[in-house]
Amino acid sequence: MGRYIIRRLLQAIPLLLIISIVIFLLLQSSGDPLATMGGRRTVRPEDRARLARQLGLDKPVYKQYIYWLAGNDWVKIDFDGDGIPETTGTRKGVLRGDFGTSLVSRGKSALSLIGERLPNTLILMIPAEIIMLIFALSIGIYSALRQYTWVDQVVTTGSFIGYSMPIFFIALASMYLFAVNFRKWGLPYLPTVGMFDPKVGKTFGQVVLHMVLPIFSMSVVSVSAYSRYVRSQMLEVNNQDYIRTAHAKGLTDRQVLIGHALKNAAIPIVTLVGIEIPFLLGGAVVTETIFGWPGMGRLFIDHLTRSDTPVVMGILMLISVAVVVCQLITDIVYAWLDPRIRYS
Amino acid sequence: MAIPIPENPPAAIARIEKTQLTFIQLVWLRFKRHKMAVAGIISLILLVLFAILGTAFTTEAYSNITDTSIRLMPPSHEHPFGTDTVGRDILSRTIYGGQISLMIGLIAMAVEVVVGVLIGAIAGYYGGIIDSLLMRFTEAMFNIPQIPLLLVLGKLLADKLPPLNLFGREFSGSVIVIMVVIGLTSWMGLARIVRANFLSLKEREFVTAAHCIGTRNGPIIFGHILPNTMAPIIVSATLGVANAIISEAYVSFLGVGVRPPTATWGNMLNGAYQYIESAPWLWIFPGILIVLTVLSINFIGDGLRDALDPHSLVESK
Amino acid sequence: MDSLLEVRNLKVQFNTLEGVVHAVNGVSFQLEKGKTMGIVGESGCGKSVTMLSVMRLIKEPPGRVTEGEVLFQEKDLLKLPKSSMHEIRGAKIAMIFQDPMTSLNPVLTIGHQISEALVVHSGIGKEEAYKKTLELLEMVGIPQANERYKDYPHQFSGGMRQRVMIAMGLSCKPDILIADEPTTALDVTIQAQIVELTKKLQAQFGMAVIWITHDLGVAAEIADRMIVMYAGYVVEEADIFQIYENTRHPYTLSLLKSLPRVDRKKHNRLANIQGSPPDCIQMPPGCPFLPRCGFGVEQCAEDNPDLTTEPDGHKVACWVDVTTGRFR
Repeated sequence: MGRYIIRRLLQAIPLLLIISIVIFLLLQSSGDPLATMGGRRTVRPEDRARLARQLGLDKPVYKQYIYWLAGNDWVKIDFDGDGIPETTGTRKGVLRGDFGTSLVSRGKSALSLIGERLPNTLILMIPAEIIMLIFALSIGIYSALRQYTWVDQVVTTGSFIGYSMPIFFIALASMYLFAVNFRKWGLPYLPTVGMFDPKVGKTFGQVVLHMVLPIFSMSVVSVSAYSRYVRSQMLEVNNQDYIRTAHAKGLTDRQVLIGHALKNAAIPIVTLVGIEIPFLLGGAVVTETIFGWPGMGRLFIDHLTRSDTPVVMGILMLISVAVVVCQLITDIVYAWLDPRIRYS
Repeated sequence: MAIPIPENPPAAIARIEKTQLTFIQLVWLRFKRHKMAVAGIISLILLVLFAILGTAFTTEAYSNITDTSIRLMPPSHEHPFGTDTVGRDILSRTIYGGQISLMIGLIAMAVEVVVGVLIGAIAGYYGGIIDSLLMRFTEAMFNIPQIPLLLVLGKLLADKLPPLNLFGREFSGSVIVIMVVIGLTSWMGLARIVRANFLSLKEREFVTAAHCIGTRNGPIIFGHILPNTMAPIIVSATLGVANAIISEAYVSFLGVGVRPPTATWGNMLNGAYQYIESAPWLWIFPGILIVLTVLSINFIGDGLRDALDPHSLVESK
Repeated sequence: MDSLLEVRNLKVQFNTLEGVVHAVNGVSFQLEKGKTMGIVGESGCGKSVTMLSVMRLIKEPPGRVTEGEVLFQEKDLLKLPKSSMHEIRGAKIAMIFQDPMTSLNPVLTIGHQISEALVVHSGIGKEEAYKKTLELLEMVGIPQANERYKDYPHQFSGGMRQRVMIAMGLSCKPDILIADEPTTALDVTIQAQIVELTKKLQAQFGMAVIWITHDLGVAAEIADRMIVMYAGYVVEEADIFQIYENTRHPYTLSLLKSLPRVDRKKHNRLANIQGSPPDCIQMPPGCPFLPRCGFGVEQCAEDNPDLTTEPDGHKVACWVDVTTGRFR
């Protein structure tokens, strides 16, 4: 099993490299950073040329990639345009955590911007994930055990509907119902925008209150999708021969479920969860936008629409790295859980 | 012990022959069992009719007429779905928007299927280095989260294409871009499935037999192996249409998808959350249409999956 | 009532998309204490379903026991509440299955799987269960039991896994052991070992055995009495020597004829039974074997013959006397 881990680690490295190349190629052909930074003033040609040299845009693509990845503080750049490189660069490169400077928020590094918003996303996502898991597991397992009954039918149909809805529709509908209409009807209502009410301050209670609607909207879709998967895994396990053997030994249904079925069903479910986690970071874009939650997703769309390449690349890269790392961990956990792989 | 057994069974005794169902008949029978799937087909047909026949009642030009004096009016006799923020009639916009959304769904699915099947088939069939390279690439693409990637591509490319003129109507170039982009970011799952199937199918005797009589690789891939893996492809394709419609909705909703004035159900929702209280008809109608369409397609896909799966021979109560 | 287990007129059906499958159509037999009953027939003839129904392991939708009684220790197992079945399964009647790779839980150690039944039924503690499991493992011929206790099913060979299954089945010293084609998935040499092991343990524990197989050679090795099934019906039942020496049913006859034999001349073609297995959904009236039977007469197309008992205890369901070829 040690060899398996090492092999997966080694595979992850070229993967990350390829991802970084794809992201870089995508974005370096995008927009005109010079126009973005210049704002509305018309830029003089000399300034433009100077900016180009500063940002390294006059260099061939592969060099730009290397500078992006590994920085340019180990080479000299020609700042004043006389053809002789004399100033050392200031960037450290992605590998050392430097994603460049934001083109939109002057002076701030992309990383610091991301760092400001990341905790907010996590505050929203981690409880969301836990809640979704609990519901999905309970519903999925329960409905699998009650196959062919009306409970199963209701759950199956309900989860189908939930999983077919785009998040913004649920978000809008829930906002309409629980915030707008509840207020109209004089009922206690839920807030819809932001992380906390500025008048009250960033208290624990405020944040929790503001989390309710976003988590609810995300949960409807995710719980529906996960519970279908859990249910199908449970059904598949229940149809296996070894479950028949367990019954033939005289174990009660509960003993078979806990001692035999769940242990087998857990493996693919754990795998699914592990892989889904980082994608949550990406999917937050829509939710955060609708609810005005100041997280990484909102940062992404805000800076994307304003062509802030370094920030956008930084976020994409970070999420992809998170995905690769999570996948790696999940694979290792999977190998450890399944004795067929652990002891082979 | 040596009792002789008469050679031939008495021919005079007739046997009841059971009529064998053809594959298609069997699939249809199994499909019909799913009441929801059948409901899905019916409602999808109705939705498509809505989008197509609606053009008999209103023109696209009408759907793009802006008149700020009647902006944000609730549903009325003249504008059954109300008007939007610049006074356009929402009903006709949902009709034409529906056409675009559905079309995007279909074509994005086509792109996804073509790319996914090609990559999966080639990787699975040839194996070795080709397989490794293709799979590394697939995995890399798979690990980049789809929505952010879509958003980036949408932002980058959507206004690069000039408007087109087809069937006498003008489409924003972003429509084509979005179709292709959605297709290009969702093929990875299908490629994996196809590759796995090819890996196991190519070891089977019918492939060996085809090799033996000198069939070339191309016909083997497309004529022999591919037909045997149609089931997951069909199911993927069906669900792919639904995913494409949702993806387009997400991207357009955030403003980087299909650009105005071409309407889609998704971009009609753009900015609607600012008017949640004052003008719910802005998002309710396109939203419900999206939900119904996607729901129908998902039901159909689910029914197809069961119908095409040879293991589902047993009836559930 | 002498017999340990008596099955009376058991009928089981399954609802499928293509219709109702009549899997078991009125099977009756008796099992004596300490004896071995062999059930023989082709795939799909209902032998496994019969015994699974005895254990009430058939999933209720889509399956259904429509008629019959299963009498064990003066109770009808089919009418017992589900909770009572838990006490009988594993403890009084044990069942082992055909494919030990899929029949053993891949994520649990075999030691745990064997001792589980002990803990559940005998209420003994883990320590004692562990010791008893080691004894069982040695009894079934698995060496280094204390090390192999912690191993997982995939770390064993096919024959060893089947031994593990046997240990699991015998752990609580049941009165009846039902073996559903335990050697079908194994090599011939391993088959012989498993058969020998079973006979030895049967003698040691004094339990009755029901051995399901489609292999007549194996049945001859182990059974005292044999049932031949076709299309969910019992077509012949007799003591083992009677079946082979005094075969009375055309189907059994064809089965025996199709066995390759060492003492026949080499260039005789192997005999087979023409036609294909019956469709249990649309069963035509009359005897189900008729389309493949060389002895058929008109009566066979009209009525399905009942299982009649001859004076010597030999039961057969056929209109024709195969020794003469004429209607009885």
